[in-house]
Amino acid sequence: MTSATKANRNSLRNKLHQVLPKSSILETEEQTRPYECDGLTAYQQKPWIVVLPDSIEQVQTILRLCFEEGVPVVARGAGTGLSGGALPLANGVLLSLAKFNRILDINPDNRSATVEPGVRNLAISQAAEEFNLYYAPDPSSQIACTIGGNVAENAGGVHCLKYGLTVHNILQLKVITIDGELITIGSQALDTPGYDLLALMTGSEGMLGVIVEVTVKLLPRPEQAQVILAAFDDVVKAGEAVAAIIAEGIIPAGLEMMDNPAIRAAEDYAHAGYPVDAEAILLCELDGTHEEVSEQIQFVQHLLKQKGATSLRTSANEAERLKIWLGRKSAFPAVGRISPDYYCMDGTIPRHQLPKILKDISELSKEYNLLVANVFHAGDGNLHPLILYDANIEGELERTEEFGGKILELCVEAGGAITGEHGVGKEKIDQMCVQFKSLELQIFHDIKHSFDSKELLNPGKAVPTLHRCAELGGMHVHNGLLSHPGLERF
Amino acid sequence: MSVNRTQELQDRVRAALNDKTMLKIVGGNSKEFYGNPSLDSENNKTEIIETRIHQGITSYEPSELVITARAGTPLKEIEALLAENNQMLPFEPPHFGEHATLGGAIATGLSGSRRPFAGSARDFVLGTKIISGKGEIMSFGGQVIKNVAGYDVSRLMVGAMGTLGLLLEISIKVLPRPNTEVTQCIAMSQQQALKTMREFHQTSLPLSALAYENEKLYVRLSGAESAVTAAQKKVSGETMLHAENFWRQVNEQLHPFFKSNKPLWRLSVPYIAAIDIEEKSFIDWSGGLYWIHSDKEAEEIQQLASAQGGAATLFKVTDNSHAYTERFAPLQAKIKQFHVNLKMRFDPYGILNYGRLYSDL
Repeated sequence: MTSATKANRNSLRNKLHQVLPKSSILETEEQTRPYECDGLTAYQQKPWIVVLPDSIEQVQTILRLCFEEGVPVVARGAGTGLSGGALPLANGVLLSLAKFNRILDINPDNRSATVEPGVRNLAISQAAEEFNLYYAPDPSSQIACTIGGNVAENAGGVHCLKYGLTVHNILQLKVITIDGELITIGSQALDTPGYDLLALMTGSEGMLGVIVEVTVKLLPRPEQAQVILAAFDDVVKAGEAVAAIIAEGIIPAGLEMMDNPAIRAAEDYAHAGYPVDAEAILLCELDGTHEEVSEQIQFVQHLLKQKGATSLRTSANEAERLKIWLGRKSAFPAVGRISPDYYCMDGTIPRHQLPKILKDISELSKEYNLLVANVFHAGDGNLHPLILYDANIEGELERTEEFGGKILELCVEAGGAITGEHGVGKEKIDQMCVQFKSLELQIFHDIKHSFDSKELLNPGKAVPTLHRCAELGGMHVHNGLLSHPGLERF
Repeated sequence: MSVNRTQELQDRVRAALNDKTMLKIVGGNSKEFYGNPSLDSENNKTEIIETRIHQGITSYEPSELVITARAGTPLKEIEALLAENNQMLPFEPPHFGEHATLGGAIATGLSGSRRPFAGSARDFVLGTKIISGKGEIMSFGGQVIKNVAGYDVSRLMVGAMGTLGLLLEISIKVLPRPNTEVTQCIAMSQQQALKTMREFHQTSLPLSALAYENEKLYVRLSGAESAVTAAQKKVSGETMLHAENFWRQVNEQLHPFFKSNKPLWRLSVPYIAAIDIEEKSFIDWSGGLYWIHSDKEAEEIQQLASAQGGAATLFKVTDNSHAYTERFAPLQAKIKQFHVNLKMRFDPYGILNYGRLYSDL
């Protein structure tokens, strides 16, 4: 960890003022306050200083200066992340990429777009629209979140099952290393020689380098897309319907599930026409050629009825399709309206474990006396339980965090993971001790050291120290087995 | 067949560490030709460590779209089981021999003609279990489609040629086989073909391969029968008989194009690349992959690819004319430094497949 002193920071501040215009440095209380948190508002920390470079050369200089003075630096895009990955450091620089907001090139023949990291996810698809192309990953925050953050977190969305995550949809990154060097990772071609550093960089949460340019793959827009909204009187039946669709050899473009509390909140907010008395709904989107979609829609309608759907509605036109999706895409803000605060989890499970996990969550919900609304990327096993709480009630946030942590541990036990698309950040750092053993955590630290020997890039996020896991180990005795048994304890 | 030899393999790696022996990892020995020849130095002896003894499909649930198998499992066994359930490995790994293993397919990271439309070997890897060069067993990723906990070490193993770890077990996402698959063959010049590929690839046609060779464009269409039939009309050309055979021969390099004594180069380039060389090419991946037999100097071929934003690999040689040529294209200095740093962390004593990817890794 950094050993930068106040003298180092003073020296860095002087140098930053020499190389950046005054307007690109924010230092006062009211200037730095907006950067105190990202989309996970439960964690707050004002940064020591904020810099807003607008050229690659400036980023190189800033990082080189931080490297020389040993001052840590946290990169930030739109700040929509949900795991505290962009949480600033009291003794560190917050490097905002907000000014890197230009689309540099849309190349329809290469089916790629080259953009700066501060470009919004949706803006890429909008710019590619004239060529009838689009960028597939669509996190719910796509109107606001930026592509640099998407790469740093390996963002997903509702179309991952068919079209993949961010890692499947990018070709090349330009990255500044902590010592200020500009490197190119990946290429404009499909294969690049050497180790797959593109995969390593994707989802690395700003721990290995700062992304300053991204080339994404673009896909032709499907001729047709239609969504079926199916209601069920039982979540288990809805889960079985999901498995049945996939077992029949159909890969829907999107396959989402919501439980009753989530349905009610979403309907109240978006008026998408969701059946509020249903125990679960499935949204199943099929896309492709006209012939293929017509054929598959009929087939899936039939299958859903067979699997016990109590009602079916199929979008007849684009407006209706978007309306049905609006309910799902606004599920988080909708839940935000019915509760003073909510805490969104992001565990993944093998799909067949769904009934068990939902039952366990519902039992925990009673135990902690906290309501939960479940939103689920059912196709790819990614759960988003939203725990409803009130931060103004003494101790409720702490109980919520403990409850959330237990949900993630259930996911690991079920053979899944603690995060499917939101990242570890600050939030899930303790659950990393449950997900991985000491050897794996050590190699993660080794990987970081391979790129960032002084641990200056977003330190303290994503990977816990073995020391921290050992301290937690006492609290996580499972089946009589102590985790990280090789470590000394206190 | 199912045999778990984890302990034996770990003991071998630990013994090699003790004896300062270098290990050459061998699966089905079908891709021995690929990558730099393994190094035999005077000071270090090289021993072979066989992964074929460690085999078996450990879990497969078709409706989860995931299969997990030990690295030494024969590819054909995996493909046969998937076929029984009407599923497939979407990246179409080439076998290059009867005994090809899953471990070899992932370590080399090679993908077939479906790659631009379905994805590559690395795209479908969900989890790996490895033995590092320190003799330690580690697991990364898992059996779920989405997992962003920790760095993506699983995908880092794909194409690493066994230089970062010996693969023990791999989880892979699988997909349903398309209901219908047909190939249209259209006679045209290379220039016309490249233009047509670009046009087709920007439409929503249900494509699963676009290749060109010897004045013919090959367009493979996959999906629901109605969609494929409609697309056939739009694409025009003649419908190929035994198309499945054709694509298999291309993937396995049994196609007549690959009969040559000259070194075989593989150029991965942007779709928009224009490769100007007098030798005939087999063009795959919608213009993103060129196979070329050429006697030209390595630097010249590398330059040809890098000028277009791509990279050339010396894929196969039939004599020792290239004994000292690096098979893979050179890396930017800083990127190379990161490679060395990673190798130092995963395999600090350089015992695993040393030199196979780059002569100093």
